[in-house]
Amino acid sequence: MHVGQKHAGKVGTALMADRVSEKDVRHVASLARLRIEPAKIEQLVRELNGILEHMDVLARVDTSGIQPFVPEKLDAMPLRRDEGPSVPLARPVSDIGPEMRDGFFLVPRLATHEDDGSHSS
Amino acid sequence: MSSSTCDLTAAALAEQVRSGAVSARDAVSDACSQVDAVHAGRDGLNAVLWEDRPAALAAAAELDRRRSAGETLGALAGVPLMLKDNIATLGLPTTCGSRILEGYHSPYESTAATRLREAGAVILAKTNCDEFAMGSSTEHSAYGPARNPRDATRVPGGSSGGSAAAVAAGIVRIALGSETGGSVRQPASFCGVVGIKPTYGRVSRFGLVAFASSLDNIGVFGRTVDDAALALHTIAGHDPRDATSAQVPVDDYRAAASDGVRGMVIGKPREYFPDSLAPDVRDRCESALRALKAVGAEIREVSLPTTEYAIPVYYIVAPAEASSNLARYDGVRYGRRVPRASLADMYEATRSTGFGQEVTRRILLGTYVLSAGYYDAYYRKAMDVRALIAAEIRGVFASGVDLLFTPTTPTPAFALGAKTADPYEMYLSDIFTVTANLAGIPAISQPIGKIDGLPIGGQLLAPHFAERRMLAAAYSLEQALGVSS
Repeated sequence: MHVGQKHAGKVGTALMADRVSEKDVRHVASLARLRIEPAKIEQLVRELNGILEHMDVLARVDTSGIQPFVPEKLDAMPLRRDEGPSVPLARPVSDIGPEMRDGFFLVPRLATHEDDGSHSS
Repeated sequence: MSSSTCDLTAAALAEQVRSGAVSARDAVSDACSQVDAVHAGRDGLNAVLWEDRPAALAAAAELDRRRSAGETLGALAGVPLMLKDNIATLGLPTTCGSRILEGYHSPYESTAATRLREAGAVILAKTNCDEFAMGSSTEHSAYGPARNPRDATRVPGGSSGGSAAAVAAGIVRIALGSETGGSVRQPASFCGVVGIKPTYGRVSRFGLVAFASSLDNIGVFGRTVDDAALALHTIAGHDPRDATSAQVPVDDYRAAASDGVRGMVIGKPREYFPDSLAPDVRDRCESALRALKAVGAEIREVSLPTTEYAIPVYYIVAPAEASSNLARYDGVRYGRRVPRASLADMYEATRSTGFGQEVTRRILLGTYVLSAGYYDAYYRKAMDVRALIAAEIRGVFASGVDLLFTPTTPTPAFALGAKTADPYEMYLSDIFTVTANLAGIPAISQPIGKIDGLPIGGQLLAPHFAERRMLAAAYSLEQALGVSS
């Protein structure tokens, strides 16, 4: 197995060229359902770029022909049937859900639903 | 503390409880007294987040009743212990050190906790940790930083800092932590106790709150190697509730105490001893290697050139998995909810006020490396390099090397606040530990000496499922160095 510097043949360019912008932070925050205070955007851009800068070293590593990573002794972790809930709960789900009614989790109405829900049971 | 049961090893205490020489109630009571004596709560070390003394004392009294009734109690009879706050327990909150789970009580118990209780252990408290186990200092807890009992101006390490501190402060002989990149071994090094990260699949992750599922493990802390070996033996083994739990027989880990290291080849990877390594750390490691050689091991220099890629790989893979795992905290099914008129606003308000700074940073980083246009350059690349790292480790062990020895941490415990300004500087605390998580191999940190009065740990790494071999060397090293914790 050749490792380390011996793999420094292929140099990826995507890592070096693409770094995080303010627009990226806002986009990624939106994907992650996180609201970032405008005053903190610049700091996050700086921090994420500072972190990602250290990842550029990976572009030096030639990984062509590498088999995907799998845990050792995978045969000792056989797939099993995806069976239903097997764990008895010590407390009812209604004790845990922030808002429940009739065994259902309640959420705010979706913005696309225009009625006020007064007809729902 | 004088003639307290806290001074007994876990095995000795359990033996005395089984024989009736000591009551489980006294053992738990002594641990509670020690919590107060060392100020382990919010007003002091802040190692202990949640405890329920009446419940613990009642559980202990029940053990005493069962013994009086003629029942044979288990290997941890009457042994008080503490669990990191991301391991699900019945009766105590499981908050992961996060506001988003403040007050959350799991409706089920982790397999590890169940196995400990079934062996007679009494779960006394949940310990402080970095929020969702993301950190290396326990400063990223929503409930305030924990402090190192060896020097309260310093961090206990992280993310399982509260568990390490509880053992180091003499409260319990055993505590559970969790590892994703070194979160048991690094605080073990900083606090002067023993910490084990088992092989991936060796200990069930059922009930361990997920951070990065391909890297997460439950690990154990012990005051001594024997305490840790006993705890590991109790919780190890297949669990049908965890699909990644391996169907591999569990060795007798405590029997490793008499195995010795004669004839064992212990590799010294040169990349873990760079020129920049602090001279005192190098010196303590060299002393440990000499001690292992003196009791019969052969020390062989080896090379692991991919080591330099371990931190970058880890800090792509772990945040990527975290961004997916933590999507479940949306204010719908459990945990905190911040009411808002629309679903999208509720999600954002709940998550933005529930997660702390470091968790937010890692979710953003993870989402970024998984997002369209960057997946191949970051995540896929990191997973490929991870495969290289794992192959390199396998290759070294296949070449006739039985174990590897390295420093656990590049420095002893650092001061509170010293690394919070620069996230990557904090990440480098894990530089010697993350490889074991990426490769899925077992590793142990144990005290090998002190530097200016602060403990420092040495690390042994073993092939997959070779915990007994690793413990054999750890027992030998502990005895040879005579290092007390």
